[in-house]
Parts: sequence; C-alpha cells; structure tokens
Amino acid sequence: MFHDADAVLLARFQFGFTISFHFIFPAFTIGLASYLAVLEALWLRTGKALYLDLYKYWLKIFAVVFAMGVVSGLVMSYQFGTNWAVFSDRAGPVIGPLMAYEVLTAFFLEAGFLGVMLFGMKKVGRGLHFFATLMVAIGTFISAFWILSVNSWMQTPAGYAINAQGQFVPADGWLPIIFNPSFPFRLTHTVIAAYLTTALAVGAVGAWHLLKDSAQEHARKMFSMAMWMAALVAPVQILVGDQHGLNTLQHQPAKIMAVEGHYRSHPEGAPLILFGIPDDDAQQMKYAVEIPRLGSLILKHDLNAPVDGLDTVAPENRPPVKVVFWTFRVMVGLGFLMLALGVYSLVARWAGRLYDWRVLHRFAVLMGPSGFIAVIAGWMTTEVGRQPFTVYGLLRTAESASPLAAPAVGASLIAFVVVYFAVFGMGSWYLLKLMSRAPQPHEPEHANLPAHAAGITPAPALGTSSRPEAGHG
Amino acid sequence: MADVMLTNIWAGILAFAVFMYVVMDGFDLGIGVMFRAFPVGRERDTAMNSIAPVWDGNETWLVLGGGGLLAAFPLAYSVIMSALYAPLVAMLLGLVFRGVAFEFRWRDPAHRAFWDIAFSGGSLVAALMQGIMLGALLQGVHVEGRAYAGGWWDWLTPFSLLTGASVVVGYGLLGACWLNWKTAGETQLHARRLMRLFAPLTLVALAAVSAATPFLGNEYFARWFSMPRVLFTAQVPLVIAILTWRFVRSLRRNYDLAPFVLTLAVFGLSFVGLGISMYPYLVPNSITLDMAAAPASSQGFMLVGASILVPLILAYTAWSYWVFRGKVAHEGYH
Repeated sequence: MFHDADAVLLARFQFGFTISFHFIFPAFTIGLASYLAVLEALWLRTGKALYLDLYKYWLKIFAVVFAMGVVSGLVMSYQFGTNWAVFSDRAGPVIGPLMAYEVLTAFFLEAGFLGVMLFGMKKVGRGLHFFATLMVAIGTFISAFWILSVNSWMQTPAGYAINAQGQFVPADGWLPIIFNPSFPFRLTHTVIAAYLTTALAVGAVGAWHLLKDSAQEHARKMFSMAMWMAALVAPVQILVGDQHGLNTLQHQPAKIMAVEGHYRSHPEGAPLILFGIPDDDAQQMKYAVEIPRLGSLILKHDLNAPVDGLDTVAPENRPPVKVVFWTFRVMVGLGFLMLALGVYSLVARWAGRLYDWRVLHRFAVLMGPSGFIAVIAGWMTTEVGRQPFTVYGLLRTAESASPLAAPAVGASLIAFVVVYFAVFGMGSWYLLKLMSRAPQPHEPEHANLPAHAAGITPAPALGTSSRPEAGHG
Repeated sequence: MADVMLTNIWAGILAFAVFMYVVMDGFDLGIGVMFRAFPVGRERDTAMNSIAPVWDGNETWLVLGGGGLLAAFPLAYSVIMSALYAPLVAMLLGLVFRGVAFEFRWRDPAHRAFWDIAFSGGSLVAALMQGIMLGALLQGVHVEGRAYAGGWWDWLTPFSLLTGASVVVGYGLLGACWLNWKTAGETQLHARRLMRLFAPLTLVALAAVSAATPFLGNEYFARWFSMPRVLFTAQVPLVIAILTWRFVRSLRRNYDLAPFVLTLAVFGLSFVGLGISMYPYLVPNSITLDMAAAPASSQGFMLVGASILVPLILAYTAWSYWVFRGKVAHEGYH
C-alpha cells in the first residue's frame, strides 16, 4: 500500500510522530520532578503533613508519566539508526558523544534513584530520600541539557570539520559544539516551557478541586503555588522566546521568514502578518491580516528596516511555510493566554479572592493542557523550520535516510501509531483518574509498594467523579 | 583518525554495557516471560515487585548500548540498525508494553488481566527479538559501501529463530533464579520448578547455537578451532560443564543465591564465546571495529566521562539494589 509513497516522507512522519509523543512526557517530568523536590523540601523544613500529602499525590502521577517517558524515549535512541542511517553515520562522531553523555550523566542518574524515590520512603532515611528526589530532578535537567545541545547543533552547526568519509567530526574541541550558537536560547526556552507546562497542569488540577470544594486545603496550596509560577514565569518565557527568535533570525533567517509568512521581501519595512493562508505552491500569503511596519519593529527594532523574504532564498532551500506559520501562532497565542491567566491570578490574589473566583478556576482548568500543546507546536515550528535539512545548511533530509523500502517504513509507522495511541491513550486516562481524586490527608503511597500487603493496599483512585476537563484536547 | 587503543577500549565498554543489559534486563524479561505461570494475586504481585524498583535502571544499559554504538562506531550503528529494522522495531514495541505495565497494572484493577498479558507478551516479544537480532548479526548482513544493502526480511532464518528461542529460555532461567533468590514461600517454590524447566532447555539451546555457529562461515570455524586458539577455546565448554555440575548441586541443596550467580557465569562465558566469534568485526566479514570507529577526538572525549561516570553509576546502582535487598515482603512480612 506504500509502493508509491516516498520512504523519506514516511520516515519523517515516523520521527515526527514518535518524538512529538515522547516530548510530552519529559516536558511534564522535568517540571514535576522539580515540583516534587520543592514539596519534599518544604515538608522537611516545615514538618507540615500537607506537603507530604501533596508529594505522595503527585509522585503517583509522576510514576505513570515517567514510565511512559522511558519507553517512548528508548524508541528515540534507536530511531536515528533505523530510519536515518546516513545521518547517523555522518553526524554520529559529533552528536553521538553528546547523547552518550546524556545516558551516562542523566538517564542512569534518574533510573538509579527513581526506585528509591518511588518505593524507598520507608527503607531509607528522610534525608537520603530527599537526596534521591533531588537526583531524579537534576537528572531530568541534565538530560534536557544534552539532548537540546544535540538538537541545537543540528539547527546551528558549529565547531565541525568534514573528514574523507564525509563525516562531521569535531574541529577544535567540544565547547564550540556543545555551546553552539542557538543552544543557550533553546535550552532556556525549553526548560522554562517544561516548568510552565507543569505549573499549568498542577494549577488545573488544583482549580478543578477548588471548583468542587473551595475549602479543600490541598487544592488551595497547589493552586496557589501553580499560579505564582504561571504569573512569574509566563512573562519571562515571552521575553526569552523573543530572544530565541532574534537568535534564529541571525542564524536561520529562512525559518523566521516562514514563521512570519514573508514570502516576499519588504525593502521599505515589513508588516506583521497576524493571520493568513500560506500558499507554498504560489509562494504567497493569501487573505493576510497584517499590521504595517510592525514586523520590522519586532525583528529589527526599527519601523523602516528592510526585511528579506523567502524570494531571497533558493527554492530548493525553502522550508514549508504552512506548518511553521501556524504552529508558531498556536504557541504564541497560548503563551499570551498563559500570561493572562498569571495576571488574572495576581489580581485575584491581591483582592484576597484567589480561592473564590470561579471564573479564574474555570480558566485555569481550561488552560491545563495548554502547556503541552504549546510545547508540541513550538517544537514543530523549530523542527519543520529546519527543513529541508537535518544538519542545517549542510546535510539534506532527503540524503539522510536509511536505505529502506517504503513498505517497511510504512508498516512500522502504522505499528507505532496504533501502539502509541492505545498505550499512551490508556496512560493518559489513568493520569486523569489519578488527578480526578483530590489529595487527602494521609495520602496513600504508591500502590505497589513492596512493603504493603495486597489486602491493605489502598485501592488506586478509581473515577469516583467525572473526569476533569483538564484532559480535554 | 581513529586510534587502535581507544577503539578497543570502546569495544570493551560497549561489550560491557550490552552484557550488563543482557543479564540485568534478562532476569526482568525472564520474569515477564513466565509471569502468567504464576497464579493471579499475591504471587504475581510479588514477582513484579521484586523488579519494580530496578527495571528502569536495568533497561538504561540498552540505551547506553545503542547510544554508545552511535557515538563510538557510527558506521556500525547505521548499518546494523537498518539491517535489523523489523525485529528492532518489534523489540521496542514489546518493551513499550512491558515498561508501562509496571505502572498501569496497579492503576486499573479492572483491566489487570490485560496488563498482565501486555507485561508477559511484551517481555516475550522483546526477548525473542533480541535473540533473533543476535542470530541475524552473527550470520552476517549484506553491506555495500557504507550502507546496508539487503532486504527487510533478511534477518529471518532458521538460525536466527534458534538464537531467538535460546535467548527466551536463557532469560527464563535468569528470571527463575532471580525469583528463587528474592522471594519466599509459594512463589519461591514455583520459581524452583521453573528453574528445573528452563535450566535443561538453556543448556540444549547453548549447545545447539554453539554447534551451529562455526558452520555459518564468516571465519568462525577458524577463530575457534585453529591452533593455538583451540587450546584456549576448548576450555570454554569445559568450564560450562563444571558450572552445570555446580548448578545441579545448588538446585538439589535448595540454595537461594548460588543458582543465580552460576547462571550469570554461564551467560558471561557465552558472551566471551560470542566475542571470540566476532572479534575484530562488528558486522561479520564487512565492518571491523577499526573501519567503523569514530575519530579519536570523539572516542577520547567520551572516555574521559565514561571512566569517571561508569564506576559512579555502578556504585549508585549497587546502592539501589542494596536498599531493596532481601526477600520481597508478602502479606504480614512488614
């Protein structure tokens, strides 16, 4: 059934699909691991049982998300070889060591201490358990560091030479490779995105339980913590995102042209195109809604600055505008909604009504999944915007793929799609079930604690109430 | 330029990572394979709980095997992963089901039977595919230039099916020995019965694979039986015979730990045997370690980290096992 299909296109779908699914989980675990570390630290410092209850509540959710992250991440470490053999051969000497460092410094650290974090509360002392939580949290961050360095190098390759076999090899040490031009911006932007995503998910769960019972102590605490995070971090994220964009303009101008929808150059100052229908075949923006000169102001901080369009880029080097243009608008739109939620919560807090304003709580519930959507949208913007290259400007996507027949790639793509939707769909359902139950005083521990006898293991949270809207979308 | 010394060190580190994976996830997957032989309820819960705190760390060695191969021998990584495409994808999907079952099983009592099948079936598929991949690699893959040039069913042969089945029973033995060590009561008695089933099967499988391998071509015969190599290689079956004798004795005396350790030793020897067959090739007859090696600057950069981090990883992994030492508690064994 795939005989006429393009094997490279199918391989791209497969990578895009598996990594988009995977990315959801670390985006949550990076933030959640830090949140758990904060909760446990607060418990150790204040001795308040409330923090321990919240810790145990979110730990059960963390365990499910982490398991899904591990299994979908394992797939990623083999996707490079199965579907992108030429890329692996050529770029392996540069990106391989960075990924090996990710395994050695991050994955083992997370996995080595996860067992103690999940099951060891009664087996080791409080200090040692907190240490385990910290190691898992630090591990998630280190993992982000290395893999985003790899990704950034593919976007803005630096510090390489090309050897006789056509491989990229390090030219003068590793620092220029690791700290390539887009890396600091991408790392900051992505890690903040993970924190913000987690804050919105935690806030939505808190808000959901406040809507049912505004006196619920645990719901109040997590909602308040999450709203502080949203109010403080959302504006920072918008500023960081702007800087990331300017960095991209400098190193990958064609991607910014696609983001902005600038098919043609504007020597006299470019408009900001708010919306429109990009037409890649005709290379023009249809039905554009635009604000004159604002594009130049944002990109060049000057109303009259000339802005180049895709007409200055060779046709074979142009990224597809449609996906980049729209996913960017989804991300930015959600970013401003997050800012609005943060500001709204500050107003409510100032008025002393943080736990009473039901419209705020409903808004927070609706925003629960927004972080995940924004993360995926932003990821698609930057990855599709890198096209038609895997290593930007140097190695074409069409020349990176494995020598596989289309039916093999198509069949495995179908297998991944079916399994991922079934397995991670069920997993998401279990997460919603866990979230739909409010945290309790003396919150039960993880259900399969070895020390717990089967007879007295508290029943896992079965949906006693309807599912929270936080999961919609 | 590649450096011979560095290249050999990296071959050693990767062999170590793969061996760690094989034995550590070996008993996890083995428990999965035989999981449904245990009665629903306490025994299954105990079997799973005995590995719940450590399976994730065990699986990480597989990530190191893949990531390390990409980093140290990118050409071999790209050729092998393309050649083993179908069994590799099947293994990954099997590991998806196996991995999530650790959590999902407890979250959904109404569908626990389903997740038990997922756990067991996922483990079986992963183990079988790992064995098939081993056989497919041993029998050789078709390489032209710097790329795999075979079809996408080349891996499927009687020999690869034999190695597939062998790995399944070998993992089964490891899993049964682990449970014999880590559990008590009924579960341990069941594990002992399974040991008696899997131990002879493993021996037969080992003999069959060892007998078939030298006749695959690829110079294996010469590597085993030419003088003076044969003086060394002849000891391998001898040591296996001694280990088998000790194993039977430990079974008779109902030792807890000894059968597990002896099985690890058999796995270790088999692994050495594989090394004898393969070295200095990564892909038989076509890609040597030297050809596939990343430049010394890449391998050296990683070696700095690995020489510090691998001992550190082993230390905290050992600590984690130590925290969960002893028999897994049953009802009333607080």
